[in-house]
Amino acid sequence: MDKYAKRKYILGAIFALIAIVFIVRLFSLQVLDSSYKKYATRNVLRPVINYPARGLIYDRNGELLVYNKAAYDLLVTPREVSPFDTTQLCSILKIEKEELVKELKKARKYSRYKPSVIVKQLSPEMYAMLQEKLYKYPGFFVQTRTLREYAHPIAAHMLGYVGEVNQSQIDKDSYYSQGDYIGITGIERAYEKELRGHKGVSYFLVDVHNRLKGAYNEGKNDSAAVLGNNLTTTIDAKLQAYCELLMQNKRGAVVAIEPTTGEILCYYSGPDYDANLLVGRERSKNYQILLNDTLKPLTNRAISAAYSPGSTFKTINALIALEEETISPQTTFVCHGPGTKPISCTHHHESPISLIGGIRESCNPYFWNTFRSIIGKYPKAEDGYNKWREYVMSFGLGQKLGTEFYGESSGNIPQSAYYDRFYGAHHWNALTVRSLAIGQGEVIVTPLQMANMVSVIANRGYYIDPHIVRSVTDPDNNVHKLEFDRKDCLVHADKFEKVIEGMQAVVDQTNTRYTAHVEGIEICGKTGTIQNSHGADHSAFIAFAPKDNPKIAIAAYVENGVWGARYAAPIASLMIEKYLTDTITAPNRKAKEKEMIEANLLNPNQKK
Amino acid sequence: MASRNNIWANLDWLTIGLYVLLVFLGWINIYAAVFNEEHSSILDMSQRYGKQLIWIIAAFALAGVLILIDSKFYVSFAFPIYIVTILMLVAVLLIGSEVKGAKSWFQIGGFAFQPAEVSKLATALALAKFTSSYNFKIERIQSIMAIGAILVIPVALIFLQNDTGSALVFAVFSLVLYREGLSGVILFLGLLIAIVFILTLILHPLITISIITVSAIVVYYFINPKFVLSLKAIGISASIFMTFWLTNTLLRLNIDTNKIILISAILASCIFCVYALRQRLSQLLLVIGVYLALVFITFSVDYVFNNILEPHQRARIEELLGIKSDPLGVGYNVNQSKIAIGSGGLYGKGFLNGTQTKFNFVPEQSTDFIFCTVGEEWGFVGTTTVILLFLGMLIRLIFLAERQRSVFSRVYGYSVACILFFHLAINVGMTIGLAPVIGIPLPFFSYGGSSLWSFTILLFVFLRLDASRTEMLSY
Repeated sequence: MDKYAKRKYILGAIFALIAIVFIVRLFSLQVLDSSYKKYATRNVLRPVINYPARGLIYDRNGELLVYNKAAYDLLVTPREVSPFDTTQLCSILKIEKEELVKELKKARKYSRYKPSVIVKQLSPEMYAMLQEKLYKYPGFFVQTRTLREYAHPIAAHMLGYVGEVNQSQIDKDSYYSQGDYIGITGIERAYEKELRGHKGVSYFLVDVHNRLKGAYNEGKNDSAAVLGNNLTTTIDAKLQAYCELLMQNKRGAVVAIEPTTGEILCYYSGPDYDANLLVGRERSKNYQILLNDTLKPLTNRAISAAYSPGSTFKTINALIALEEETISPQTTFVCHGPGTKPISCTHHHESPISLIGGIRESCNPYFWNTFRSIIGKYPKAEDGYNKWREYVMSFGLGQKLGTEFYGESSGNIPQSAYYDRFYGAHHWNALTVRSLAIGQGEVIVTPLQMANMVSVIANRGYYIDPHIVRSVTDPDNNVHKLEFDRKDCLVHADKFEKVIEGMQAVVDQTNTRYTAHVEGIEICGKTGTIQNSHGADHSAFIAFAPKDNPKIAIAAYVENGVWGARYAAPIASLMIEKYLTDTITAPNRKAKEKEMIEANLLNPNQKK
Repeated sequence: MASRNNIWANLDWLTIGLYVLLVFLGWINIYAAVFNEEHSSILDMSQRYGKQLIWIIAAFALAGVLILIDSKFYVSFAFPIYIVTILMLVAVLLIGSEVKGAKSWFQIGGFAFQPAEVSKLATALALAKFTSSYNFKIERIQSIMAIGAILVIPVALIFLQNDTGSALVFAVFSLVLYREGLSGVILFLGLLIAIVFILTLILHPLITISIITVSAIVVYYFINPKFVLSLKAIGISASIFMTFWLTNTLLRLNIDTNKIILISAILASCIFCVYALRQRLSQLLLVIGVYLALVFITFSVDYVFNNILEPHQRARIEELLGIKSDPLGVGYNVNQSKIAIGSGGLYGKGFLNGTQTKFNFVPEQSTDFIFCTVGEEWGFVGTTTVILLFLGMLIRLIFLAERQRSVFSRVYGYSVACILFFHLAINVGMTIGLAPVIGIPLPFFSYGGSSLWSFTILLFVFLRLDASRTEMLSY
């Protein structure tokens, strides 16, 4: 009746066949093959991460700035732990018993299979002592890491520091796992992917007594760590160190750029800190101290400070007016000295005064008239203002300059809409916003932007994006030079000469000559004294040298430096002298150097 | 009504005995697997072994209830149960919650329920109902299509839930259909496709194609046992391939070797087709058809493997076939599971003396990898005993299915046997590295109420049908 009935035998045979295959396989696994028993007694497959050394960082002349030193972390795999002498372990590690118990609990909560760090960065002595006793503590093992070490205590803000990854970084990039290091600020952060290299992993067999039984599978599953790439920065370590010496006990920032390449020669924010403080076991303690310091040493003023450019900005207004042809080098304006309306002059000089004289004497009325002529060229104030703003922005102001600078502020060159909101549309004009004529008011710049602005003047009309890293060298010694864009300013090259002559006159002819003039070097500069309602005014100075084929452009900003020529000008000029001639020799210059080094401007209540 | 009173006597107590034994063994192995010194009582309700006891008691109660239900209920309600299950599968896609990447659970308070578990029962009932209808003839294309639809709908829905393991179980219904007259050629083709798939992943396509070609010629020889003709076939195939290959090499056409093989295979097949038609060798045509299909499959394996499978599924297959090895990643479970089972030896380390499973080396050790505990603590003796117990139950189920007088009960009985078989084969197979890691439980053994209950229902519905087999003549 059922012609397929015989198929029950085939189905039964299939069932039986699979059962037989399983039994044969189990016989071979359990009875014939003894290797699994061996595995079971050495039962732990322990992955040990091979951490690559982070890339080294050099200065522009090949001087080593950052390297690595070995450190040892104590790790634990909770499921392998068996009862042990906690008191002895604590005495080796020099920690409290409660802390150990707490860390163990935390590790168990994280994972019973995966190792967690119990104590970070053991000292070499601790490591030596622990290595002998480790057999008593099943589940514990030591892993070698590298920590950053700084050859010189300089350029902390530029270099940045390294710390442990947090959970959101782990979630964002699967490369990282708990306890890994990552660049947090500075170029450690910006070049994290270059510097970090690539982790490797080795698998070891460990027996129940925590004894290493050799490599798993003859190391066939292991991978080696790949070293991080080395960076060659554009910093001149000598100039940087000299700058830090001059700027000690002062608040402010100094940025120096090689104008033709955009390479940053010196990058300082004061007060700063020794980068070695933010390394190793003391890191978090020191970090808290630095964070709570009222002088804010962790703040990178070079890229994040909101400074008014003050009179240094007058050079820009002059250049815009020349390009817009609302003034010529011969145009003169009348100045009545301190009584001049709407902006008074702070100096006594001849009147009427022309462009070069206006810059030399930093004549406020001259630049008010200049500014008014630009805005007034257009029928509507906002059109004039927008044109003016377009020019200003082309000097690299009011925008971020590079991706390398973590925490960079873009400064502020307000849009006309800002004034519309503030005063109402069409209810403002050049007079309303007159403080822009002399670099006060809403215009905000960072020291980096100021240095870049000087580069534009030094280059007569362009800048290369300012940068700190020149090239990346991989472990095979292939050098990859980084490329940076050239940005042209809206003011043409021929307009610059008269302004530059004015800047040379500032250094050679005014009182500034006593603090900034250097025999044999044609320095062009402009001082700025920035009004400060909280204490002594700030001192600013921008300069480049030599006048032809400039090699260095610099912006110095010294908070509470009283006036431009008082601190910023001598510091900047000493640095120019040091960079170009490698030494300070003249007795008056030596004296100036000593005076700058000794000056302490950190007392916030200090008066003029 | 008289028979109703004899229900308990008519039950197959041998199967029930095997069932109770397996459930009990599962329970003590769960106890060993998650044994915790602080909670050493096997009745401790805060631990998995305590909870499993509750599931077991509930399962026994459930079995009792199922036996009390009239067997006609399952016949009459086979389709409604199937339709409700399909609706639940749709609903879970819309409002279900996700567990381990599979959107296949209804979460009601603390109680979680997986419709895919019920869908095995429902599909078995629907299949039994349909195959037992008068107009069903396995040779008819409409019948095959309808069966295809009954199977494909739940499979597709379960695939959409991302629960590949549960979906694969449905493949085993092909064995049930085979018993009901499905051509053995289809099963054989399925087997061939699986072999070609594996060969292509391990070997170069060129070698796979060569093996297929040689096999085809050997088969051809058996169909038409003339040695000279087979030699001719080899000669024709080889010369077509060589012609293309030499043309390509000499003229530097840079055509991909794979394409040359494909063109050669098609061309040679065309010639044989003409020959087969002239000589009226219909079997030869079949061989050529199968041959060409396998060649195409060889070329599509890479595509299927790389584009249709999920990365973790690819990795598990690669690990199984030894293409890639990653003992701490994908291969971790299987590697640790093999160590645990292998270290058990002949007699095992003894109850509660396992070290590998005890220290949580094997993940999922109380659910999918429960067989490890058996292997480690009871050794080869224990594993063999468990496998033989399962085999005994399967053979018994075949015996029971064959003694049914209705097609409905027989088909359902075979479905139960085959579903249990598939779970056994895949679950044990994966713990000893013979099957890819597919997260499906070992029937009656693995921890968890959902799986224990669904296997209990599956089995006891059949035992109920069997108990009243004498009443079922009308079906």
